[in-house]
Amino acid sequence: MTDMASLMEDRAAAKVISGNLRKPVDWDSPKISRQIKKRYAAERRFKMYGLSAIAIALLALAVLTYSIGSKGYTAFFQTYVQVEVFFDPAQIDPDGTGDPAVIGKANFDGLIKESLRKRFPEVTDRRSKRDMYDIISGGASYDLRERVMENPSLIGQTRKVWMISGDDFDMLNKGYISADVDEGDRRLNDEEISWYHALQADGAVEKQFHTRFFTNGDSREPELAGIWGAAVGSLYTLAVTLALSFPIGVLAAVYLEEFAPRNRFTTIVEVNINNLAAVPSIVFGLLGLEVYLNVMHLPRSAPVVGGLTLALMTLPTIIIAARAAIKAVPPSIRQAALGLGASPVQTVTHHVLPLAMPGILTGTIIGMAQALGETAPLLMIGMVAFIVDIPGSALDPATVLPVQIYLWADSPERAFVEKTSAAIMVLLGFLVLMNGFAVYLRKKFERKW
Amino acid sequence: MAVVTQSAMTAEPSVTSPKMTARDLNLFYGENQALFDVNLDIVERQVTALIGPSGCGKSTFLRCMNRMNDTIDGVTINGQVTLDNRDIYDKAIDVVQLRARIGMVFQKPNPFPKSIYDNVSYGPRIHGLVNSRDELDEIVMTSLERAGLLKEVKDRLQEPATGLSGGQQQRLCIARAVAVSPEVILMDEPCSALDPIATAKVEELIDELRSNYTIVIVTHSMQQAARVSQRTAFFHLGKVVEVGETDQIFTNPKDERTKGYITGRFG
Ligand SMILES: Nc1ncnc2c1ncn2[C@@H]1O[C@H](COP(=O)(O)OP(=O)(O)O)[C@@H](O)[C@H]1O
Ligand SMILES: [Mg+2]
Repeated sequence: MTDMASLMEDRAAAKVISGNLRKPVDWDSPKISRQIKKRYAAERRFKMYGLSAIAIALLALAVLTYSIGSKGYTAFFQTYVQVEVFFDPAQIDPDGTGDPAVIGKANFDGLIKESLRKRFPEVTDRRSKRDMYDIISGGASYDLRERVMENPSLIGQTRKVWMISGDDFDMLNKGYISADVDEGDRRLNDEEISWYHALQADGAVEKQFHTRFFTNGDSREPELAGIWGAAVGSLYTLAVTLALSFPIGVLAAVYLEEFAPRNRFTTIVEVNINNLAAVPSIVFGLLGLEVYLNVMHLPRSAPVVGGLTLALMTLPTIIIAARAAIKAVPPSIRQAALGLGASPVQTVTHHVLPLAMPGILTGTIIGMAQALGETAPLLMIGMVAFIVDIPGSALDPATVLPVQIYLWADSPERAFVEKTSAAIMVLLGFLVLMNGFAVYLRKKFERKW
Repeated sequence: MAVVTQSAMTAEPSVTSPKMTARDLNLFYGENQALFDVNLDIVERQVTALIGPSGCGKSTFLRCMNRMNDTIDGVTINGQVTLDNRDIYDKAIDVVQLRARIGMVFQKPNPFPKSIYDNVSYGPRIHGLVNSRDELDEIVMTSLERAGLLKEVKDRLQEPATGLSGGQQQRLCIARAVAVSPEVILMDEPCSALDPIATAKVEELIDELRSNYTIVIVTHSMQQAARVSQRTAFFHLGKVVEVGETDQIFTNPKDERTKGYITGRFG
């Protein structure tokens, strides 16, 4: 038997080789101990490299957190000024009707101005008066109106009221405007600063937690601008993105991994998906502009369009992550299911997908986090508009957090600097939440085998 | 009783009313032929052992018998495999049902990462074999009992199967296969990942299962083949060199290669 003979020969050859290997080794020779020393040194060095890499990463994180945090935390507080207001019946409700419609239309702005004039009777010059009115924000009249509507018995009384200050006054109170600078170079003149000191001496200036920042939409007035409109816009946009890209991405990955025949076409599809992941996001914005706005005539600046555009961008990320997760499910599990007579679809839905889910979810959330931080494609489809109202649905015009940050960073008012940092903190907060959610889901679905 | 009448060289088995048969089976992985004109009969309610040096096509042949090769890309098969005289590669045959009738146990224990109960109940559930929770419970219990595992796990049915020892996992896989009431059970080196004590238990189990099921077992252990099987087929380089009753193969092999392999001169 020739094949038997060859087998025997192989054995004989193996014996010769192992015979040659049997050379005595002097484990205590200087050469070997040098080698051991070198190996220890190499290991120590490697550990050092690793530790310094982590140290650098942590340092970068600390610097980032500190610079954003130290600049931004003041935006969570807002200066309020206390002024004595006479709720003049002649102004608010001259006929004494008590009708909310009448009260609502009253000139509360005038009341506030009147109060300021009373507080600083020495100011008579027209220009100085205008400056003085800026101590209190234009938004304060809405607060005042609400107060009176809630409690009409205030009419006719005189009350000390805390009112939201204007942005320059707020900046001065937070120490961002220094009185030492030459008068011409600062936004507040000496007179205005003297009013500040006078009010402060009265104990009529204080910082309060700035809830408005979390409940308002954008505004031209920094002290009235809030993040909520952008946050809601981001939520709608991400919801649309997720609703589209998750099911499509997972189905595509399952098909490619489990069902697609291995041929040229599949290979081309795979290569293209991998390449799409590397396409600059602005290109997706152009595509969205052309397809969704110019061809399909969907509403401009709407989260639907933003979501559709970002879904295009997120799809490759999800497909790639899902494919990797599906590939990581051991083939023995598929064999077990198929061997029991499960159909290919049952095998996938009962075993492969649940086991791949932690990886798929991690990939999805990474994709969502990318989408949350994306600005460029949204600029292309008009989500950069100045929008004051909180969007009520995915069809209303809206902006998103990163675009809001971009808009504020671009605004000239000093007060928007801290808003920008604060908005970044909110964005990072969202990201941390999303990552926390990813970790939670991973833990929940995690199985050992 | 089955008798090998003709020369083993032609590997032409003739068995009265075999449960499964392979006729002139050729299999290609792409360009490479892995099986050459395999002819083999599997006798009902007996254990048939497939032995031979590694890479000779035992697993490949075993996978032909429940069409698991269908799941591998680029496999071409010609020839015939029958179950109860019906060609299992016929277009009219439903693979899912076929695999329910011909169960499989793999080399490495591969329980689902679920509870012990869910592992065993999975087959009956997907095939709709039960109408109530009670029936399912009963199938799970009898299957575990048959696999000789019930005593060890009856208090921890809801615990993950991956927490069992290797030998227990393999017996769980046997219970899982048994739960769909297959007619034939294919086992591909079921003990190669197990220690001697677990191996002995599985062998004992195979011997018991023989009264209800037709079993085909691939093994690289000559002793195991001798202990558990009634018939043995010796594969070499993709061909069936010799097939016959186990006693005859081990005491009086007709082919030189068989003799060489079982006396440990190569393999
Ligand atoms: N999935 C596969 N693709 C290609 N070739 C394979 C595949 N599985 C097995 N083979 C080849 O077929 C031959 C028989 O393999 P196998 O049936 O696994 O042998 P055994 O189980 O007897 O050790 C070997 O040469 C092996 O390389
Ligand atoms: Mg094998």
